[in-house]
Amino acid sequence: MMRVWLLLLGALATVGFAFIVLVAVPGVMLQDVPRPAQLQPYTAEQARGREVYIANGCVYCHSQQIRDPAFTTDVQRGWGNRATVPADYVYDRPHLLGTMRTGPDLINVGQRLPDEGWQLLHLYNPRTVVPWSIMPAYPYLFAVRDSASVGPDARVIAVPGKYAPPPGRVVVATPDAMALAAYLISLKRDYPVTAPAGARDSAGRRVAHTMP
Amino acid sequence: MITSARPTPAGAHERADIDVRLRADLSSRGPVLLAFGSAIVWLLVGTVFGDIASFKLHLPDWLVQQAWLTFGRMRTVHLNAMIYGWASLAMVGVSLWIIPRLVHTELRYGRLARAGIWLWNVGLVLGNLGILAGYNDGLEWLEMHRYFADPWLVVGGGLVGIALLVTLMAREVDHLYVSVWYVMAAYLWFPIIFAVGNWPGFTGVESGATNWFYAHNALGLWLTAISLGAAYYFIPKVLGRPVYSYQLSLLGFWSLAFFYALNGMHHLVGGPIPEWMITTSIAASALMLIPVLATAVNHHITMVGRFGALRYSPTLRFVVLGAIAYTAVSLQGMLTALREVNRITHFTQWTIAHSHVGVYAFVTFVMFGSIYYILPRLVQREWPSARLIQWHFWLVLLGIALYVIALTVVGVRQGLAMLDPQVSFQRSVEVTIPGLVARSVAALALTAGHLVFVWHYWLMVRGRAPARETLVFHEARPILYEPEPEGALR
Repeated sequence: MMRVWLLLLGALATVGFAFIVLVAVPGVMLQDVPRPAQLQPYTAEQARGREVYIANGCVYCHSQQIRDPAFTTDVQRGWGNRATVPADYVYDRPHLLGTMRTGPDLINVGQRLPDEGWQLLHLYNPRTVVPWSIMPAYPYLFAVRDSASVGPDARVIAVPGKYAPPPGRVVVATPDAMALAAYLISLKRDYPVTAPAGARDSAGRRVAHTMP
Repeated sequence: MITSARPTPAGAHERADIDVRLRADLSSRGPVLLAFGSAIVWLLVGTVFGDIASFKLHLPDWLVQQAWLTFGRMRTVHLNAMIYGWASLAMVGVSLWIIPRLVHTELRYGRLARAGIWLWNVGLVLGNLGILAGYNDGLEWLEMHRYFADPWLVVGGGLVGIALLVTLMAREVDHLYVSVWYVMAAYLWFPIIFAVGNWPGFTGVESGATNWFYAHNALGLWLTAISLGAAYYFIPKVLGRPVYSYQLSLLGFWSLAFFYALNGMHHLVGGPIPEWMITTSIAASALMLIPVLATAVNHHITMVGRFGALRYSPTLRFVVLGAIAYTAVSLQGMLTALREVNRITHFTQWTIAHSHVGVYAFVTFVMFGSIYYILPRLVQREWPSARLIQWHFWLVLLGIALYVIALTVVGVRQGLAMLDPQVSFQRSVEVTIPGLVARSVAALALTAGHLVFVWHYWLMVRGRAPARETLVFHEARPILYEPEPEGALR
């Protein structure tokens, strides 16, 4: 090759083509993904919990996607009742689909483990409830305070066994811990979305279906 | 056309050739040393954070009291320090050194390039401190803050790119050697994909697709491109033998540019994005066979019959192993993209092993080899100790081998356990523990290797090493070199 402009234009063309195929065209196609009626936007607290989830890198060990039962056993494992579809993620910015399952998938964790007390205890130290867990403990999302100084509004976590605080002191959830638990409990994509491909609602918009 | 003809008894032409190279090296000396120096600081940072993250996976109650010490932040700084700090800045150094040499002129706008490297470093410091403080954009490979950190990298990388482009336009050769294609294209590709990846407007699965469009191309069109450019330079250079086939390098370059860019969605196989996008990426991944074979034939056939040279050239050792790792990681990547393999290996430690074959055994090895070649020509001293290079080489080679084998094996076991609904999830965690512990042992070996390398580098740049007249591995019998022209450090 002798010409710089040919090199640079060619290089621009290849990356431009990939951009069109993988970013621009899907962008247009996914524009009218309908918002499922049963899926609520995140509340302010849940959204804050999502920020805590991101800031602490939960995504590096937990995925948020159920794959096609014909292809994997995600559904048989009890992680969801169906494969997730684009419509399930319309409020997710950024996406948290994830690439690792060092821990279990979380897209339906709110359906599986809806108890706030369990979630908080598990965040304080996962081994209090799951002895074999290798998930990090998150004590910094909690405060250990004198029991006398704790007001009635504080969310006190009863920590059993060897992770319990010293006598006279209690473990109190911070707002970040409460928000994270609220976000986790909100994760549910169990409403039915099955519809024939290409189906449209009364307004003429496409209806979500399992295999887009 | 290779810049280095086999050295013959010095004639006027050869002397002029050497003079061109000396002038090129002198012109790029400052920016290249700055890039290498900061790359090595980031190598150490990335190593420490990687070590801590590795130990945390099997010691989950270790260092948990402070938010900034949590696994999710340590791991993220490890990745960003290694990709944008170590690998990218080492590649900037290699680019700034290689382009003037290949186009037979001095580096232009060296001060601009130097400013670019400083800006890039500022962005990295801000981005990584931000991650530790909890400011994370939430996208893998794009965690550094989109407004406070990333623009510094765009401007910094852009300034380096401008210096390279101006140098290229002032070239005194007609032909552009294959390394020039890879390096110059990479400086065009990177800002485009980085801007797309950071674009804030994407929601839901579109955000996922854009994320992996970027992250896969950061590997393919940035790290791989410049590392292949370096391998294309150093293998023929050290051997004194042209690359096997010009046509194959042409095919390899354009097919890589076309197919690699389309690969990203194979990170989402089975996921909720439109099926045709995933299929496109799987097909493109399979078609990567074309550039990979073209490049493999070119690199490896050039070596055939010359493997003895690995004994005396540390550069060749690292770069050739890096080139072999490139072939291996690409074949593994194609395999992993296939649905039948992916349903087992996706979401497991297999992926972590795979990415380290790419970024460590390939990219990092090529960078080590490049620095072993370039630094003596910048500081006009030979490496003081063959033994330190041997220690470095064997520690990192055995370290990465253990790393990859351990995580690949437990990754498959983890994947098979997760695929069987009769097997508890607990089992899929337990089978990984031996591999995670072995990985921490491997991490310590890599760390030791890095410390040896950094110490040796320090001796070189601080001038604590005695000047040497002979090649560092002169005790191994040189099998290729004929007598050198007097006074020329090749």
